[in-house]
Amino acid sequence: MHFDVGIFLGALTSKALREAIPVTISLAVTSFVIGVIIGLLVALARSSRFRVVRYLGWTYVWFFRAIPTIILLFFVWNALPELVPALAGPGFMPFYAAVIGLSVNEAAYAAEIIRGGLLSVDDGQRQAARALGMRPAAVFRRVVAPQVIRVVIPPMANDFITLLKLTSLAYAVSLREILTVTQTQIAQTFRHVEWYSAAAVYFIVLVSIFTVGQAWLERRFVWTSAARSGSGGGMLRGFGGGMAR
Amino acid sequence: MSQGHILDEDVIAQLHAGPAGNVIEAIDIRRRYGANEVLRGVSFGIRRGEVKAILGPSGSGKSTLLRCLALLEPLDGGEVHLDGQRVGARQGRDGRLVPLGESELAAQRADIGMVFQRFNLFPHLSALGNVMIGLTEVRKVPPAEARGIADRMLERVGLGHRRDHFPSELSGGQQQRVAIARALVMKPKVMLFDEPTSALDPELVGEVLRVMEELAREGMTMVVVTHEIGFARDVASQVLMMDEGQIIEDGPPDEFFASPKQERTKRFLDAVR
Repeated sequence: MHFDVGIFLGALTSKALREAIPVTISLAVTSFVIGVIIGLLVALARSSRFRVVRYLGWTYVWFFRAIPTIILLFFVWNALPELVPALAGPGFMPFYAAVIGLSVNEAAYAAEIIRGGLLSVDDGQRQAARALGMRPAAVFRRVVAPQVIRVVIPPMANDFITLLKLTSLAYAVSLREILTVTQTQIAQTFRHVEWYSAAAVYFIVLVSIFTVGQAWLERRFVWTSAARSGSGGGMLRGFGGGMAR
Repeated sequence: MSQGHILDEDVIAQLHAGPAGNVIEAIDIRRRYGANEVLRGVSFGIRRGEVKAILGPSGSGKSTLLRCLALLEPLDGGEVHLDGQRVGARQGRDGRLVPLGESELAAQRADIGMVFQRFNLFPHLSALGNVMIGLTEVRKVPPAEARGIADRMLERVGLGHRRDHFPSELSGGQQQRVAIARALVMKPKVMLFDEPTSALDPELVGEVLRVMEELAREGMTMVVVTHEIGFARDVASQVLMMDEGQIIEDGPPDEFFASPKQERTKRFLDAVR
């Protein structure tokens, strides 16, 4: 057996793999967005004034960080429909199961990152905002959040890349993402080397694209006048820079 | 900075024409952290245009007192009145003290200007953005108008040329002047300064004190916690000495500094002079 460039290129450009890309990306992005939203709530719960709420947040992180992601996915796909009859029908598609499994898992990690971000904002910032007469929601949105976002971008990007690769675990729920498609093709062609290589290339390209995106995002959050006047527009400017022109 | 006023003419007129009586009044304020009683019954009033300097060793409760007046901390006892109105809490139906919720407190805090020792400018906003944010977020002034007001105020504290700079690009003295401008555009009834020059390099202290002196001259009501004896002597109308959570001595500056009555005050003044 040797590496056949023709088969490798064929695999790389195959319709099967090309169709798996949007599945992988949408699974990663959807799970990430939902995970971050849940994670934010859990992080806020962990810094709540109320002890019971703090414990609930702590318990969430403890529980979902402890469970291997693949067990979580198997559980959602195979066991959950037995417990929740509403999920037993054909409407409960692999994509939904994968989103549920990956996002509750992602939330546990996102919660810890966001909590770290919240802790990093000096309390003087909140005091100054409150002293100006801002209500709690405005204090969070206009003063705390932009500063949290800046510090969580690197760990969050790291986390997103981990999640992007975790999507291959959706193989467990037969979702037609990159690994599932690759395995199917190998079962038909027995060309392990070329197909696994093609799958790896796809992940390398995807992660590279998101790494560039991370660098772009970090530049949005450089708070100097030179950075502000040097760069072009950006949809995040309003959030990152507020009224800063 | 020296040309013209810092405050608008109409604001100065208002400062002189407000209701009689104390602008801000503390009545038997008490505050404790656990077993530690930080404020043990502090009472004083400030009339319109008065400047009160508060001296005292660290840990005497000066900063806590200021944060209580700024409604940033709840009281464990006593009352704060702003222009004769009780703020921070109200009397419940059963006669007990009910602290106000954050939203109600927010509205009251907007009328009280606070300047912090460590400036606490918002690092993600330019100087202009820092001065505008209270106007747009709290006073609901349209952005274009708020920009004009903020621009003028930065000009008056001598920072018109730095308006697009971010806090990390400003010296400590410039940051503190932005912080003063940020509080002033809200047209506060009183300005509270918590050791405004303590975090500054010695050569930057003057530029901040000059702005504060000008404000005092224009009739702003001010409470200044400070270690600047010179400022207290030359600008304050009244000097208070705090120790162990209480005011132990007060008087007009010439009397206070020339012949302090309390042994504790004498020792403190000897130590800082």
